[in-house]
Amino acid sequence: MSVPTIFDISKEGRGSFRLPRLDVPNTCNGLPENLRRQNTPTLPQVSELDVVRHYTKLSTMAFGVDNGFYPLGSCTMKYNPKVNEQVASLSGFTDIHPLQDASTVQGCLGVMHDLLKQLCAVTGMDWGTLQPCAGAHGEYTGLKIIRSYFLEKGDVTRTKILVPESAHGTNPASAAVNGFEVVQVMADKRGLVDLDDLKSKLGPDVAGIMLTNPSTLGLFEQDILEIASLVHGAGGLLYYDGANLNAILGKARPGDMGFDVVHLNLHKTFSTPHGGGGPGSGPVMVKKALCAFLPKPDVVENANGDYSFDWGCKSSIGKVSTFWGNFLVFLKAYAFILAMGGEGLKECGENAVLNANYILARLKGMYDVPYGDRCMHEFVMSLSRLKEETGVTAIDVAKGLLDRGYHPPTMYFPMIVHEALMIEPTESESKETLDDFCDAMIELHDIAYKDAQSLRNAPEHTVIGRVDEVMAAKNPVVHQ
Amino acid sequence: MSKILADRMYSKDHEWVMMKDGVAVIGITDHAQDALGEIVYVELPEVGATFEVGEEVSNIESVKAASPIVSPASGEICEVNEELDGSPEKINEDPYEAYIYKMKDAVLADDLLDAAQYEKFLAEEV
Repeated sequence: MSVPTIFDISKEGRGSFRLPRLDVPNTCNGLPENLRRQNTPTLPQVSELDVVRHYTKLSTMAFGVDNGFYPLGSCTMKYNPKVNEQVASLSGFTDIHPLQDASTVQGCLGVMHDLLKQLCAVTGMDWGTLQPCAGAHGEYTGLKIIRSYFLEKGDVTRTKILVPESAHGTNPASAAVNGFEVVQVMADKRGLVDLDDLKSKLGPDVAGIMLTNPSTLGLFEQDILEIASLVHGAGGLLYYDGANLNAILGKARPGDMGFDVVHLNLHKTFSTPHGGGGPGSGPVMVKKALCAFLPKPDVVENANGDYSFDWGCKSSIGKVSTFWGNFLVFLKAYAFILAMGGEGLKECGENAVLNANYILARLKGMYDVPYGDRCMHEFVMSLSRLKEETGVTAIDVAKGLLDRGYHPPTMYFPMIVHEALMIEPTESESKETLDDFCDAMIELHDIAYKDAQSLRNAPEHTVIGRVDEVMAAKNPVVHQ
Repeated sequence: MSKILADRMYSKDHEWVMMKDGVAVIGITDHAQDALGEIVYVELPEVGATFEVGEEVSNIESVKAASPIVSPASGEICEVNEELDGSPEKINEDPYEAYIYKMKDAVLADDLLDAAQYEKFLAEEV
């Protein structure tokens, strides 16, 4: 089914919105002629009702956590409390400009300063920056800090970053963008970092290791203290990818495990919207030895209790964002942290782990789970056996879930599990929702053996049916 | 159960290699194409380039992932399978016919597996 765009339904003369006449001096006079618009912009000519119907219709085709269960592994699609939105829409926060004098936005700077303090407490780190606008942006920033740290010491031989094979794809990408050579560390039989392989790859050419703990397999890297001492012993640093922080919230802190740099995803762990609801925010937290390299400006609290921007940037990697980062996202995360409190955050982690283990316990007899009977906040099942016996693949089951009103789990990742489905329920969901989802998974398993073809045709009840992914990858039409 | 042919050698990275008139013919195994799923692009290496055993020669992309092709031999690339440029699905259709590249003066890796050993290796892999 093809859906018309707002431009498709445009009819000349139907436009219902008029801009007011310009009643201030035209300040474009300084603009060079070639940069000025010659014609009026082509805006759709539609009535207000056309606009309302068009976007209301589109909104029914989207799927978000407000529509239904969204167990997208490693993405922590938890509920976004509406009170956060209320806080972020207070006019004192919205009717300001980033270039306003600091003395006129003391409350905003106070929020930023206190949020960093709260994040230090949660992660066990010493200070940080709120500038990065997403997780991968945080990785880029964190690795740039590590790079600058070694360069300032005159240690120019550390050109490699170690990345486990279960890592998120953004890890090697961020390392490569920072000019590092990426070296993969293998997983052992348990699915954890293989210590012997790690030892064989450490040396004076290694700047550090990037780890997600718990890993993308939903397993806690139980040798983390030994890993930290091995890496530090070889002169390297430890980078913590905060994608899976939800699992250990209030229970364990990356700083205590020996990590030197941490990035957080406020849009995962701290309940701010993401996916299409974006934008994200990926603060980076560091230990004392790395504070000097943080991006500037920093928000500082002066002796008199006022806040100001500190631009002193002798060793800083510089600015990594326009202005100060995604400020309204900070507010939502801050509201979440204050509403939950320390005990509440701990319960988030506990319930996230409990929910994942509940699904695992209900499904493990039917679906294979290669790495263990217990998990942290998520687990990865392998549909290899189902595929061999019925021809039904992970993507077919995922499409079947769409027909039953669920967002599919993460598919075909991590690569060390074949026909992978990675399920992360988060703490937001009730036992009834988890049971309904498990029932759907069990039903799909039955259908695979009885009527495999119907699953290969799924989804049939969505606006758009099975898409031709091969055609899309081979002949992408990115602009029409 | 994926297909394994007795007339060639295999690497633990799931490439096959066959010597023909002093030239090493190299492709990916049936297990590899099945794990990758529908292949949408094969990046062909340049003729004349040289690679050592274990080096990444190029990449192969499927709807699921992009994976490196790790050379099971050292030598100079003397021919690539141009047909894959427009029809990468040939690898899905017949991975042992659709080779990716040929190497001259090739020295094979010393840890290659024969068909029986590769079958055992696949069975032991998770």
